Amino acid sequence: MTAAVVQLAPPLAQVTIHNRTGGNASCVAQNKVFCPGWAFDNFDRYTTPLLNQLLLVVVAVAIGFAVAFAFALFSHRRRWLIPTFTAATGVLYTIPSLAFIFLLLPITGLGWTTAIIVLSVYTLQIIYRNIVAGLANVPSESKDAGRGMGMTDGQLFWKVELPLAMPELIAGLRIATVSTVAISTLMVFANVNTLGAPLYQQIDFKTNIVIAGVLSILMAIVLDLVLLVAQRLLAPWRKPVKEAMV
Amino acid sequence: MSGVLHLGVLSVFGDAIDFIFHQQEARTGQTQVGGPDQVLHLTGQHLKVTFLALGVAGAIALPIGVALGHVGRGEGVAISVGNAGRAVPELALIAFVAAFIGVGLLNVTFALAVLGIPPILTNSYVGVSQVDRNAVEAARGMGMRGLQIVAKVELPLAVPTIMAGVRTAAVNILATAALASLAGLSTLGDLILGRNVYGDAGVVAGAILIALLAVGLELGLAGIQWLLTPRGLKLTRAEASA
Repeated sequence: MTAAVVQLAPPLAQVTIHNRTGGNASCVAQNKVFCPGWAFDNFDRYTTPLLNQLLLVVVAVAIGFAVAFAFALFSHRRRWLIPTFTAATGVLYTIPSLAFIFLLLPITGLGWTTAIIVLSVYTLQIIYRNIVAGLANVPSESKDAGRGMGMTDGQLFWKVELPLAMPELIAGLRIATVSTVAISTLMVFANVNTLGAPLYQQIDFKTNIVIAGVLSILMAIVLDLVLLVAQRLLAPWRKPVKEAMV
Repeated sequence: MSGVLHLGVLSVFGDAIDFIFHQQEARTGQTQVGGPDQVLHLTGQHLKVTFLALGVAGAIALPIGVALGHVGRGEGVAISVGNAGRAVPELALIAFVAAFIGVGLLNVTFALAVLGIPPILTNSYVGVSQVDRNAVEAARGMGMRGLQIVAKVELPLAVPTIMAGVRTAAVNILATAALASLAGLSTLGDLILGRNVYGDAGVVAGAILIALLAVGLELGLAGIQWLLTPRGLKLTRAEASA
């Protein structure tokens, strides 16, 4: 994994004009809106940033989900804890990610660890709130039915409450994933070679900005669709929740 | 070992605080950096572009969202704009505006406003369209007309939802204003992105200041939300949560 990490010089010093050969040279020289020839010849330089970003997003959302789920599980039978957890994750969510990276600089330095911490902390608020909302929406009749069948608290949670809360849970994961893809471009400032790296290194080269920007947005759309399909499989009895940013 | 690490961490934060309050020589030599003058100047610049962009975003998104919510049409558009907004990478947006449109205050304001529109639009749509139809019917029965209903019934009842969107937009704009340095506008982002000039002390100082501004902005807007929320709504909410 270390091989994939670019060792960036101090940020402002490394804004240099990189190799812009390949394709139609005059298109590149005139910096036209999009130079397909250059894009075709140089597409390989986006594969590592793309894969790094994908890995970063998957790991960060997975960790964020595990922590948020543990919080939700813990506060499920201790409801007085819910406002505390919501407020705590809310404060963390308010801290801008770029500032967060550099607040961690003296503690964890720059690199994958810092990037993963920042991104997963960012997902906590959304995922936690959605799991709690999903569990709160479980009809009491369903829970009573489960209890009537002799289920223990644990069985009730895993067999009745959690499956019924699945649509909200996945809605939360979808929002968290899409936001994380967007924010992960900023992790170039934590020295991780995401799609933010080409954006930052050649910020005045239009073709480059179009490619890196479009790849990042496509990644968000594809991951969103994957989760949508997962929800259809896991909770086929309910339509996906239309989640507003409330 | 852990004690050494601990002291090292503390000293960087100490240096950062020192950077905010005392001018010092730049890492590159020759010039003086840090100190209250520079910090206040950059903070002012940061807040100026943040509020300008938030104002523009609100002026565009709020009327559209409220109008759509009032007539109860365009749900697909209002929700999709919000979802699409989340997928746009801030860095790509700033880079796009810098390369395709231009640099400087005006262009950065435009870029940041684009970022602020989706949450305000979606939330004002959702807030207004979710207002209890009985309340709207009652207002109509009292002889109120369209605009009166919007101003006196729907908007006040939608305040919590709309303000949640405004807060999301505000914090996102403030965060992204740190990238304005890449588009030719000095903000606190200068400190964060200029490690070779300002050193770790300046970088961490910038991070501390931006984090404090974000939390302050969030709290300030929460206060405004509290002032704008109708008393009756606060009572209902208090009962609901009790």
